[in-house]
Amino acid sequence: MTRPRVRIAVICALAALAVAIPFMFGPYRVGQFTLVLVYAVVALGLNLLVGYNGQISLGHGAFFALGAYSAALLIEKADVPHLLAVPAAGAVCFAAGYLFGIPALRLRGLYLALVTLGLAIAFPQLIKRFDGLTEGTQGLTVIQPVAPSWLGLADDQFLYLLVLAFAALMFLGAWNLVRGQLGRAVTAVRDAEIPAATLGVDLGATKTRVFAVSAAYAGVAGALYVFAIGFVAPEAFTLTLSFGFLAAIVVGGLATISGAIFGALFIEFVPVYASDVNDALTGVIYGGVLIAFMWFLPEGAAGLFQRVRGLMDRHRDRRAWASEEKDLTPEGGAA
Amino acid sequence: MDGIATGSIYAAVALALVLIFRSTGIVNFAQGEMAMFSTFVAWALYEAGVPLGLAVLSTLVLSFVAGMAIERALIRHFEGGEPLTLVIVTLGMFILLNGLAGWIWGFENRGFPSLFSDDAVTVGGVRLSVESLGIVAVLLAVVGLLFLLFQRTKIGLAMRAAALNPESSALLGVRVGTMLMLGWGLAAALGALAGVLVAPRLFLDVNLMGSVLIYAFAAAALGGFDSALGAVVGGWVIGVSENLAGTYVDFIGADLKILVPLGIIFVVLLVRPAGLFGTREVARA
Amino acid sequence: MSLLEVEGLRAAYGPVRVLEGLDFSVDEGQKVAVLGPNGAGKTTILRALCGMVDARGRAEFDGVSLVGKRTAEIARRGVGHVPEGRGTFGSLSVEENLRLGAYVRREDVREDLERAYGWFPRLGERRRQAAGSLSGGEQQMLAVGRALMLRPRLLMLDEPSLGIAPIVAKELYRVLGEICDEHGMTVLLVEQNAGLALDFVDHAHVLESGRFALSGEADRIKGDDEVRRSYLGY
Repeated sequence: MTRPRVRIAVICALAALAVAIPFMFGPYRVGQFTLVLVYAVVALGLNLLVGYNGQISLGHGAFFALGAYSAALLIEKADVPHLLAVPAAGAVCFAAGYLFGIPALRLRGLYLALVTLGLAIAFPQLIKRFDGLTEGTQGLTVIQPVAPSWLGLADDQFLYLLVLAFAALMFLGAWNLVRGQLGRAVTAVRDAEIPAATLGVDLGATKTRVFAVSAAYAGVAGALYVFAIGFVAPEAFTLTLSFGFLAAIVVGGLATISGAIFGALFIEFVPVYASDVNDALTGVIYGGVLIAFMWFLPEGAAGLFQRVRGLMDRHRDRRAWASEEKDLTPEGGAA
Repeated sequence: MDGIATGSIYAAVALALVLIFRSTGIVNFAQGEMAMFSTFVAWALYEAGVPLGLAVLSTLVLSFVAGMAIERALIRHFEGGEPLTLVIVTLGMFILLNGLAGWIWGFENRGFPSLFSDDAVTVGGVRLSVESLGIVAVLLAVVGLLFLLFQRTKIGLAMRAAALNPESSALLGVRVGTMLMLGWGLAAALGALAGVLVAPRLFLDVNLMGSVLIYAFAAAALGGFDSALGAVVGGWVIGVSENLAGTYVDFIGADLKILVPLGIIFVVLLVRPAGLFGTREVARA
Repeated sequence: MSLLEVEGLRAAYGPVRVLEGLDFSVDEGQKVAVLGPNGAGKTTILRALCGMVDARGRAEFDGVSLVGKRTAEIARRGVGHVPEGRGTFGSLSVEENLRLGAYVRREDVREDLERAYGWFPRLGERRRQAAGSLSGGEQQMLAVGRALMLRPRLLMLDEPSLGIAPIVAKELYRVLGEICDEHGMTVLLVEQNAGLALDFVDHAHVLESGRFALSGEADRIKGDDEVRRSYLGY
């Protein structure tokens, strides 16, 4: 089989698996997988910013929270239908990201990281402060989407599939972006700013746009989070969450689309398993696993797969060359 | 004055951050947790009957050694690689140390004795606590010692050189790896010092250094991440402004107190991206 | 036995082979140059001898193998290396740069500092200035002076004339010549400017595509017009 065909087959298999999940597990597990999808969407957006564009953000928890609260307020206080709340949350975060990005992105690396860190810290405090609107620390309960009776699905299953649908859309969007003009401009900026600028890529605008897009992704994910959990409170949006998102993309693999899933699985399940093993040692195990992961797999899980694929390609090429002396082009192309 | 004392603590941690940044080129997100862990060790020694002064001193030494060990055993492996990987490693250390301290000593908070007496003195009509004065004095002493180390000793010079240009330094016989270890050891000891100074005021628990670390970041950013002087000045500015804001500005109140230093950094970085004392190349986008 | 003996030296940057098996030696007190066009691999020789590049083969300094040793250890054995591009510490002062040169020596180095200022008076004038504020030629002198602070038994120089004005380069070589005559320094020099180099050294090799195309006494190479034209381009 040629490489593109293998890839499509794998994606179809994974998609089938993804759809099957709500029918394979009980409600608690399904809820966890729903959260995995939510985190994967954030990771996707963050990866666009960090992996592809070479910027850094320690504060995407804030945009996640902004999206969640926007959706929550729209649904609970403005009677906006659930489905509309998702793109609305995304739009709000796009705007916020853009506005934040304009000044912030003039800073480089470390200082940008600090400013985004500040954002992550500040936002929960702001939520608490304006408790007239947000109900502050009490939190806001939100009606979750209910499965229509004609589908014959349980609520948790329906929620999962709904989130899956949105997540799939976001993945498609990301894939498209990366391949399209914005994606190329974005990668060019990461790899070499000065040449990119001379080729006409508007650095400032590209960076801000990417930041806004990644914020929008976090916003959409926030809205989906509200669907999944049905409750928002400032305590849910800790610094640890922002750090977790960053860890997710590095663990999953920078500048890869598939990495978002690995990363999301990691940050959802590893802490749970760690506390299963020994509740008191949760932090030790989680932290230890994180470090070990970086030690052995610095390119992330996706990097491992690429390496394996590379090995398989080379093996197959060697066999092709050996057995087919007349045909000079190896099947499927070189790695 | 209280603000300057708190600011001095932020400055100490900020100095540790700057030290590591200048030698290794990364930000050590685990600096606070390392300091917290050291403080617990000091507490454990004290509880075991060791006199406070000796306990603190031993902890400083132990922290120094531990910092060196961490650099050699863990950080060294990642040097020269993708910086984001190392960031995640320090985040992992953060989580690990936090959990480890909780596992060993529990998650409840406890008191920590102060190195200074409870008294206050009156200077020029202003009442100042001995503790605040003591903290500031310690910080100034530390800064003085560091200055002497880096500017007047051979090894300090070698450490600066190793941070500036490791290849050239190696050609002169400087063991760059050892210099990095020393940098981390110093930073760890600085953090431990900050921990034992702040613990009496805040109660010792695993989250002791959480907010201190943030303020320290703010201080370092304000001062310019590659400037030691900046870290100190930054620390004082943040400490004082935090104090003033919490006390005098009602709108802000306790919750939003943290926004004041954050707001300050944001504004400063917009105007001077390299911080007050940093060098230009570090931050220009 | 020569101070530096090299046999079958091979070096590569990843998959790219740069040196394909070099044999040469440098006796104590001798001055040897490696000449050749850009990209031939001259710098790689010095970097290989200093442990900065992956190298195979035999390279012995005073009977002790250099291959596989770390750069700092090699320097501590008395090998002074003035790198390409000078490698001065721009934000440190001239005097701090010089003091760093003597890092491995335990004695008081004030005498050596004065000696260095004697050889390069302009450095003496600027001793408290940041090294980065010096001109290219002055930085080169600083780099050489710094390497000499080590009191090395072998001094290696990587393209000292590169990027500095010809007059300054000539002056640099003149001072170097004086220092070497006075102290019997052993020198291994890598140069693109064959003219300057041949006037300075005793013996020379010409590197081409990773191998020595020509080796011989400096005077003879200088005197042989045909060799000069075909190998050295002048």
